[in-house]
Amino acid sequence: MFSVDLLLDALVAGILLGGFYAAVSLGITLAFGLLDVVNIAHPAFVILGSYATYVVNSRFGLDPIVAGVAFMPAFFLLGVAVYRVYHTCFERRGDESLRGLVFFFGIIFIIEVALLLQYGVDYRSVHAAYVGETVQVGPIGIALRLGIPCAVALALTLGLHLFLGRTFYGRAVRAVAQDALALRLMGANPVRIKDLAFGLAIATASLAGALLIMIGPVEPSIGREYIGRVFAIAVLGGMGSIGGTLVAALILGVLESLTSTFYGPSWALAVSFGILLLVLALRPAGLFGR
Amino acid sequence: MSGRRLLAMAGGVTVLAVALTRLVDNQYYYFAGYVILQYVVLATAWNILGGYAGYVNFGSAGFFALGAYTAAVLIKAVGAPLPVLVIAAGVVSGLLGLSIGALTLRLRGVFFAIATLALAVVLQTLIVNWEYVGGSRGLYTIRPARVLFFGNYVEFLFVVMVVLAVAALTIAWRIEHSWVGRGLAAIRDNEEAAECMGVPTLRLKLLAATVSGALMGVAGAPFPYYITYMEPASTFNLDYAVNSLAMPMIGGTTTWVGPLVGAVLLGSAQQIATVTISSALNLLIVGMLLVVFVIVAPDGLVGLVRRRRSRG
Repeated sequence: MFSVDLLLDALVAGILLGGFYAAVSLGITLAFGLLDVVNIAHPAFVILGSYATYVVNSRFGLDPIVAGVAFMPAFFLLGVAVYRVYHTCFERRGDESLRGLVFFFGIIFIIEVALLLQYGVDYRSVHAAYVGETVQVGPIGIALRLGIPCAVALALTLGLHLFLGRTFYGRAVRAVAQDALALRLMGANPVRIKDLAFGLAIATASLAGALLIMIGPVEPSIGREYIGRVFAIAVLGGMGSIGGTLVAALILGVLESLTSTFYGPSWALAVSFGILLLVLALRPAGLFGR
Repeated sequence: MSGRRLLAMAGGVTVLAVALTRLVDNQYYYFAGYVILQYVVLATAWNILGGYAGYVNFGSAGFFALGAYTAAVLIKAVGAPLPVLVIAAGVVSGLLGLSIGALTLRLRGVFFAIATLALAVVLQTLIVNWEYVGGSRGLYTIRPARVLFFGNYVEFLFVVMVVLAVAALTIAWRIEHSWVGRGLAAIRDNEEAAECMGVPTLRLKLLAATVSGALMGVAGAPFPYYITYMEPASTFNLDYAVNSLAMPMIGGTTTWVGPLVGAVLLGSAQQIATVTISSALNLLIVGMLLVVFVIVAPDGLVGLVRRRRSRG
């Protein structure tokens, strides 16, 4: 059963998968890690992104990645709108923790069921010329179905990293995370900056959704599986660190891939949630905690 | 309301339910009533930890399913009678509750909620990979052919659920009107302050988590007989988690009345919507109601009524 080839294949697949997981988790790292907004509905927004991509791909034959990028502004506005509601109804009243959580829990259901009513429970997928191809790099074959999403995800991660570190607005977002009160004293409005950051978080869901539907077929309730993954990654990555998110996503991807190759796919999901439980119980600050 | 009057009321409701089975013939009402009562138990159980102590449990489905599977295993292995199933399910889920109570040592707020969600998924994976209970294919449970006193088995299960719901509400009432309830409320409002004032926070949290978990397991105990064909995806359904949290939220989380009102209203609405419209749409309604209520009426229906009354 065990062979070096199998191990190598599982490792490569795991790394590619991990890169993609990073794209899905970036929104959580931004919203939860930096802004303290517990957006457990983020995976549902990712699924929404998948369906948006599916619709333009099946109707106009648009490339899924282009579609994912094209939808980013719309998702940004959606994110700003959601954050506005969240802010006025929960954050300002000071009871965001419990009720805010329930609010997002409700949003999951609204998105999921709306998609269900519109498109049914069938699995949907996208078409692009390169999706079925495989590229040989030395002894290992890289399926473009996984390779391209991983590359795009890495680009997105790098972009966000540079934005947060190099630009004025990016630094402002990190300043809100560190001390919103001090920011207010400097004459800046933390809510406006949080608008921007939360909008960005949801915008990443659009592209992540496009990547998700490239990797495999999607149906409305698939997002639930990702709730554990993205939070495991965000927590493991140390809440709010983009680099940490990438490393944690790669670790999780490799572990899941190894589990599903050597023990069977039905165990893979337990890995991410098991890790999440362990991390929460043993080291809540994560590997790269601030 | 004194303890004795409470007991009399509880007995009265049960007798009424038994009398009902003599009058109503349509089996559908028992099927629907069972589901609503099951939600009364789940919502009340959730509220003991979530409403009184302020620790949100997203894993209700896991506790419920653990109870149901405990019962299924006992039926398959030794053919245990229903009272034994209820007790065993309560004990097993109660132990799981105790363990999430221990988690509150390190985790608060959001992290606790996420941990409970993770726990439910890990449990589901274990069950899916457990061949004895049929794995993901599920397993059949055959109802006993005859049951004493009742015309058929569904009527019997309905009455069992009435008894369980009454018991759950009684426990919630007792907790609320004792020092335990006041201690839990202190934890909900400010845990550090409560600790400083000498409230035994850990012991109270462990107690609340255990009772809450045990009641959810108890709600699941008759499930194998009710559904007769059980598989993990539907037993661990997220609907249970959403409903057992939405119902107290909509009814009101600070009293035992809230979960009852929420479960009866929302549960009946869902039953009616499932029959008349579609089962997907009824979840959409729950989601929207949840969002609207949490924004407009943070204290639920009970809070709304109270506010109106105090205004005169």
